[in-house]
Amino acid sequence: MPLLEIKGVSKNFGGLRAVFEVSFGLERGEILGIIGPNGAGKTTLFNTLTGFYKPDSGEVWFERENLTDLKPHQICQRGMVRTFQIVKPFLQLTVLDNVIVAALNRIKNTREATEKALRTIEFVGLKEKKDTLATGLTLPHRKQLELARALATEPKLLLLDEVMAGLTPIEVDELIRLLREVNQRAITILMIEHVMRGVMALSKRVIVLNYGEKIAEGTPEEVVKNRQVIEAYLGEEFGSAQG
Amino acid sequence: MNLALVVQLIIGGFLMGGVYSLIALGLSLIFGVLRVINFAHGEMMIWGMYIAYTILLLTGIDPFFSLVISAGALFILGYMVQRIVVNRIIEFPEAMQVIAMIGTALIFENGARLIWGPDYRSPASRFALSSIWIGKIMIDFPRLLAFLIAILIAALVFLFLKYTDTGKAIRSSADNRLGALLVGTDVDRVYAICFGIGTACVGAAGALLVPLMPLSPHIGPPFTMVSFIIVILGGMGSLIGAVVGGLIVGVAESVATIFLPSSLKQIVSFSLMVAILLLKPKGLFGR
Amino acid sequence: MAKIYTLLGLILLILLLLPLFLNQYLLGIFVFIFYYAYLGQCWNILTGYTGNISLGHSLYVGIGAYISTMLAMHVGFSPWIGMVIGGLGATLIGVIMGYLAFRFGLKNVYFVLITIAFAEIGRLVALHLKPLGQFMGLFIDFKPGWANFQFKGNLPYYYIGLGFVIFSLIVVRVLELSKWGRYFVALREDEDAAESVGVNALKYKMIALGISSFMTALAGTFYANYIFYLHPTSIMSMALSIEIVLRPIIGGMGTALGPVIGSFLITPLAELSRSYFAKAGYEGLHLVIYGFLLVAVVLFFPRGVISYIKRGIAPLLGSSKAV
Repeated sequence: MPLLEIKGVSKNFGGLRAVFEVSFGLERGEILGIIGPNGAGKTTLFNTLTGFYKPDSGEVWFERENLTDLKPHQICQRGMVRTFQIVKPFLQLTVLDNVIVAALNRIKNTREATEKALRTIEFVGLKEKKDTLATGLTLPHRKQLELARALATEPKLLLLDEVMAGLTPIEVDELIRLLREVNQRAITILMIEHVMRGVMALSKRVIVLNYGEKIAEGTPEEVVKNRQVIEAYLGEEFGSAQG
Repeated sequence: MNLALVVQLIIGGFLMGGVYSLIALGLSLIFGVLRVINFAHGEMMIWGMYIAYTILLLTGIDPFFSLVISAGALFILGYMVQRIVVNRIIEFPEAMQVIAMIGTALIFENGARLIWGPDYRSPASRFALSSIWIGKIMIDFPRLLAFLIAILIAALVFLFLKYTDTGKAIRSSADNRLGALLVGTDVDRVYAICFGIGTACVGAAGALLVPLMPLSPHIGPPFTMVSFIIVILGGMGSLIGAVVGGLIVGVAESVATIFLPSSLKQIVSFSLMVAILLLKPKGLFGR
Repeated sequence: MAKIYTLLGLILLILLLLPLFLNQYLLGIFVFIFYYAYLGQCWNILTGYTGNISLGHSLYVGIGAYISTMLAMHVGFSPWIGMVIGGLGATLIGVIMGYLAFRFGLKNVYFVLITIAFAEIGRLVALHLKPLGQFMGLFIDFKPGWANFQFKGNLPYYYIGLGFVIFSLIVVRVLELSKWGRYFVALREDEDAAESVGVNALKYKMIALGISSFMTALAGTFYANYIFYLHPTSIMSMALSIEIVLRPIIGGMGTALGPVIGSFLITPLAELSRSYFAKAGYEGLHLVIYGFLLVAVVLFFPRGVISYIKRGIAPLLGSSKAV
């Protein structure tokens, strides 16, 4: 029984088909990568999966429950959490306060939530910055914060939207290591990524979207050799994204 | 129910709506281009009224002519307000913009009170009491004149925006601020002119209202509210929407007096606004 | 943190003893300082902490005032009981408005407009209700006594007002440290991000609005039994709504002490300028000054006076942490 099952999900904006009849499944403990050229509908797909958009057709099943019509906070409570491509920290709150909000998802008690938040902050490597206001963080640190927040909600499935964008190769490697550890703690990962090194290193399977449609699915090695995929990217983007 | 009376009310409301349209046009223009909500709109309008009134008192020149001065004065005031306050808060969170504009509104409203006193004034215009009869229906002549002039001014604004260089600069800055900057448009100046035009409209509208109603510093806020209602109804940023919305609200308020005492007619407008906000917040023509 | 509490304790002590040195007139000014500080704090719970701006808070003051007064006049309820019922009445209206607004996703300016619309509709309705005195307003009998929430002289009102302020400070502080308060500010900072980490935006915005409207209404009863005259133009008007928002904005929104500091700064200023300028024939000047203050605060101190005080006190407190 797959953890997550997407059945024929479509989302239109006026006349634009942003996502068209996308279906796939995700097994518990997997890391599945989603790649595709810009504008392929990847983030729209995430928005639709997590309740920010309502799909025009299709269903989203998570742990045998139909999540299609639920609100984002309900989906988070059921264990599916996403990060945002353009990070959204709570700017006027400290790193610690940011993460406490997320920890309160599962933990009622504020003191325990604080402890959980501290552990999560340490895990992602932001310990020295815990009392810094989010507005004073650099982008890489903000990305770490975004990840810490998502992790503090104790997700079963983590949806990462281009977490590696804008990071240096060293930072990318560190993040790869971190995500492997996250996965080892029984958290399934679905990641949208442009940084190919990350996709190759982490994903067991990869899905390719183009113009809102799934055009390929398979192991990273298979997908990279797929003719349609290469055409979709026109080759150049693939080459330059090689970290 | 007297059919003639109803028709008269509809026509009267429609004519008043023309002036409302002009007021709302100014607000919509400001919002459409600067994306700032001018909470001081009605409060600035009364300065247009007072200026026309003062000219009437001192020289006997009718507001229908002196509106040019009102419009000019309000253009300058608007330009200054934009440069001093609005331009600095354009990138601020909306909350702060609202608060700053309310402060501006307080300054204008109570400034008017300080200068001209809190009492109601009822100026007599040469045309004030005249009316035209079409069959059994009486049409208030000052209203008709106000309507015609208001629509004329609105048309002029449309033409200005469409055909002049400045007008085009305003429209392009509205569409794409960054793009306009990149092609060398002095966006600050464009914004100030745009704000000035918006307030000039409201100044002219104020002058037009002088023969129609008693004047006091505190009639500004209801007009701010009405102009918001119209702009929400017509669609924020849509100039056509402002004109159409103004006419609709004018008629609605007038017809409401059949069922409700005149002092309650604002309830109709506010309820209309609530309904639009909930059901179709983009309004009739909004984008 | 302990140092701040000590400082506050000291200030409280001073305030408790102050009436020994004040005449009726000055006591009266303090009553209004406390009244507006309390109102501003109630508003702060909604706007400062969740970021949804209300310019229609006078609606709740009016509802509270009228309900408790009507109950006292026609049913004989003590205003202390009527106050709670008034609060519930205000919460009901607030929750209806909030539900409509939040359910339909109204934010920012659109939310402001709907709060104004509800308040104005409320005011217009109140203006036409016979039992409320319509255009004449409502005069309230003066029957001093604890049960009637009415007293001779300003002294009791001073302490009750102070009590209200302390109550609101405790409420806010408790909220700040609790899950609710943390959720409120998360919603203020980024509603989508908050939803994505499990915050039910609709629920918590409604909770904030409910608490805010309930507490605001209590002040209406206080006002009714202090001034003994109610008229929609004073108790349910845009002017009052502006007075309510002014002090927390200047003092510092989203902070516990902001509304209080704001009121201590603004209320005496307002009172002095009102009495001074009015005598000199410059009535309304204080409102012009308000206007300039609002603009100045937005342009130069958007975080409010308190952020400067904090920076000023920080070295004294000897810690590098933000207070």
